[in-house]
Amino acid sequence: MKFGVIRFPGSCDEVDALQACRRVGDAVILWHGDRDLQGVDAVIVPGGFSYGDYLRVGAIARFAPVMEEVAEFAAAGGLVLGICNGFQVLCEAGLLPGALLPNTSLRFIFRQVELEVVTADSPFTGTCVPGQRLSIPVKHTTGRYYAPDDQLARMEAADQVLLRYAPGENPNGSLNDVAGVCNEQRNVFGLMPHPEHAVDPLMGPTGGLPIFESICAHVADGAALV
Amino acid sequence: MRARVLVKPKAGILDPQGQAVERALPALGFTGVRNVHVGRLIELDVEDPARLPEMCQRLLTNPLIEDYEIVEADCAAAGNGGGGGGVGSGAS
Repeated sequence: MKFGVIRFPGSCDEVDALQACRRVGDAVILWHGDRDLQGVDAVIVPGGFSYGDYLRVGAIARFAPVMEEVAEFAAAGGLVLGICNGFQVLCEAGLLPGALLPNTSLRFIFRQVELEVVTADSPFTGTCVPGQRLSIPVKHTTGRYYAPDDQLARMEAADQVLLRYAPGENPNGSLNDVAGVCNEQRNVFGLMPHPEHAVDPLMGPTGGLPIFESICAHVADGAALV
Repeated sequence: MRARVLVKPKAGILDPQGQAVERALPALGFTGVRNVHVGRLIELDVEDPARLPEMCQRLLTNPLIEDYEIVEADCAAAGNGGGGGGVGSGAS
């Protein structure tokens, strides 16, 4: 399968994302100013500070030409994964519900966190089991997940929270310990922790790898059905 | 028209910046201060003020987490901005 990793001005984690994808498949960089997704099977909106995070995090990046294509791709059922700043961009673009607010501590947080897989019923967690722990780093200032009470309740009922910070691990004040959520159609997923930084045993725990493996397995299953 | 868009966290959403300021003021002897919220101020010259709400909804704010207020700024010098971008509105 082929991943496409978007590069915005101000992205800084796209190369790690590219390397992580290449552990399980092919991957190319997609330039923010292009409208061509190059026939990829999944798009990754990476971490960083797209367009300097001016105005609000993710607010300007959502208007990049490539994001119009990503919106169409997602509407047609294509897999889209937003990591950290990418999660913020997808929320601003309306492709994911909710928003990210400044950490309750108002501090930049950079540390390893333990996550719990809530459900394996998604293209992004399909190779996991519910309750499985993933050790993945976070590094952000604006990672407090928020959605209005009624919306969050609907998301919980629909199993749209795919990953939670394990008890006592919530680093940023996210409601319901939410670490990552998907859309209703379950083909767009965003999370604040960085799975692409946790794929190489040389560097520490490899809790990020199952996310990439799950995407790959999902795409392979889809191809097998055709 | 010269407009100011005042942006603040939506009521009910935890505002740690506002809380930090609220806690800092008594340390300087400013007591009796409550409900502090920290937001943003956006100033802009617009030809069609009627479009301001749409600008706020679509870009200037995130309506899910922010409230906004549009205020007409001092337009006594209605000279229509002959390169005066940097001069801006002196505090009235």
